[in-house]
Amino acid sequence: MKNSKLIKVSYYPGCSLDSSGREYGESTEAVARDLEVELGELPDWNCCGATSGHATNERLDVLLSARNLWIAEKAGRDLVVPCAACFQRLKTAEKKLLEGPEKEEIPIGYQGKIRIKHLADFLWEDVGPKKIREKVRKPLPGLKPVCYYGCLTVRPPRVTGARDPEDPKVMDNILKILGAQVMNWSYKTDCCGGSLVLARPDIVRRLVGKLLENAEEAGANCVVTACPLCQANLDGQQDEIARESGKKPKLPIFYFTELMGLAFQNPDTKGWWKRHLTDPRKFLKEKGLI
Amino acid sequence: MSDTKKITANHVARAVIPDPGFGREVEEKSRTRVSSCFQCLKCTGGCPVTFAMDIMPHQAIRMVQLGMKDEVLESSTIWVCASCETCTTRCPNDIDIAHLMDTLRQTAIAEKITPAQKEILAFHRVFMMTIRFLGRLYEPGMLGALKAWTRTLNRGEIKLGWKMFKKGKLKIVPRAVGESRELRAIFAKAKQKVKGEGSKVKG
Ligand code: SF4
Ligand code: SF4
Repeated sequence: MKNSKLIKVSYYPGCSLDSSGREYGESTEAVARDLEVELGELPDWNCCGATSGHATNERLDVLLSARNLWIAEKAGRDLVVPCAACFQRLKTAEKKLLEGPEKEEIPIGYQGKIRIKHLADFLWEDVGPKKIREKVRKPLPGLKPVCYYGCLTVRPPRVTGARDPEDPKVMDNILKILGAQVMNWSYKTDCCGGSLVLARPDIVRRLVGKLLENAEEAGANCVVTACPLCQANLDGQQDEIARESGKKPKLPIFYFTELMGLAFQNPDTKGWWKRHLTDPRKFLKEKGLI
Repeated sequence: MSDTKKITANHVARAVIPDPGFGREVEEKSRTRVSSCFQCLKCTGGCPVTFAMDIMPHQAIRMVQLGMKDEVLESSTIWVCASCETCTTRCPNDIDIAHLMDTLRQTAIAEKITPAQKEILAFHRVFMMTIRFLGRLYEPGMLGALKAWTRTLNRGEIKLGWKMFKKGKLKIVPRAVGESRELRAIFAKAKQKVKGEGSKVKG
């Protein structure tokens, strides 16, 4: 690997990538290696508090992310975040620490010298399409995904900086380069219910059911996500939805990084498919991809 | 309004004699201008979970303006809101409705109001307890504690949990933050502030 080309960034994996979203973490690291990106895990990072933090204690929510931002600014590199929820919490805290009364109340001297980027935006904007195209060894023409961005990669745009919050395109663009036949749909940024899944699974199943139905209606044969919460809900609730409705569908739900790894023919891919709750292996075999 | 769950005499009385104190308090705490809402219903129109709400988002806003404090703080709406930020993104008056929901939840907690959705608050509490002890989320521990607490474990969930475990998605050993002292300081600081805020608003 030529060091001159190496892009070095700080990396905030977040809690899910170590457990329920393990294959997202594994595929992110594998793809980063392929693309000559050095992900330096933020030393001793803490949880961002996610929904529960901001729902119950606003001050705590900012403080938890402030500690991470402080560590990241000391490290001096842009911070790449694969989880949509963590990304949005960090961006929210950044805005408050730079512009809100928190600037005085939490005097950690955060200056916003580093950029905080969601992984998909980072790969598209900083690593770039040219580099991604170069690494494709096996295109994915049999795949007809719809890209599902969920809520927090884009909303609210004043915090996330999303240019097109109602119709984001970054994952669509990446998947097209991988040779997939990306389908259009109008549910890109609809909500999956997020962490309500534990207390009110009925709400999540209703939302997920609608998403899956519309994905199929759009002609998709799989869904691609960029958030461990979205993936867990769409992937994990399918059994129960099928049982309740007495019908189908068994749509594979991928992380976009998994499909990058597949197109790059990364040797680690095998370990990822078996972690899915809706097993995609039969589907991938049928498409001649594994 | 036909989609209001129930309109009591109490509602009507307050609607006639608005109590702006609560609205001002909420505006101050949430730093968002609730008073600029002109009831265009865009928030409610785009909200994905209205089917599970007892008052619609635009109604919650109106009730805050009118000072219908109990009705808002005792609603299911403030708990089932999924924080999806659609309303905040679309409001023509730039009202941060998602954040307002946070403020209302926090006010309900501070005032020890029995939540209309007990399981949801239990989830938040168990989640934050895990972070307090470990600095990071430990899903198996959190799930176990939540289900033991709310006694809501059902067969579907046991099956899903077991499947996740077999697939290596639930780890046996948690990964904790090394600097636990820093973390304790953060939690202590957050607590002080919440107390301070309460007294300021009342004054
Ligand atoms: S979108 Fe904004 S202005 Fe319209 S009803 Fe909702 S809060 Fe009021
Ligand atoms: S943030 Fe809450 S109230 Fe607003 S649209 Fe989403 S679920 Fe509805």
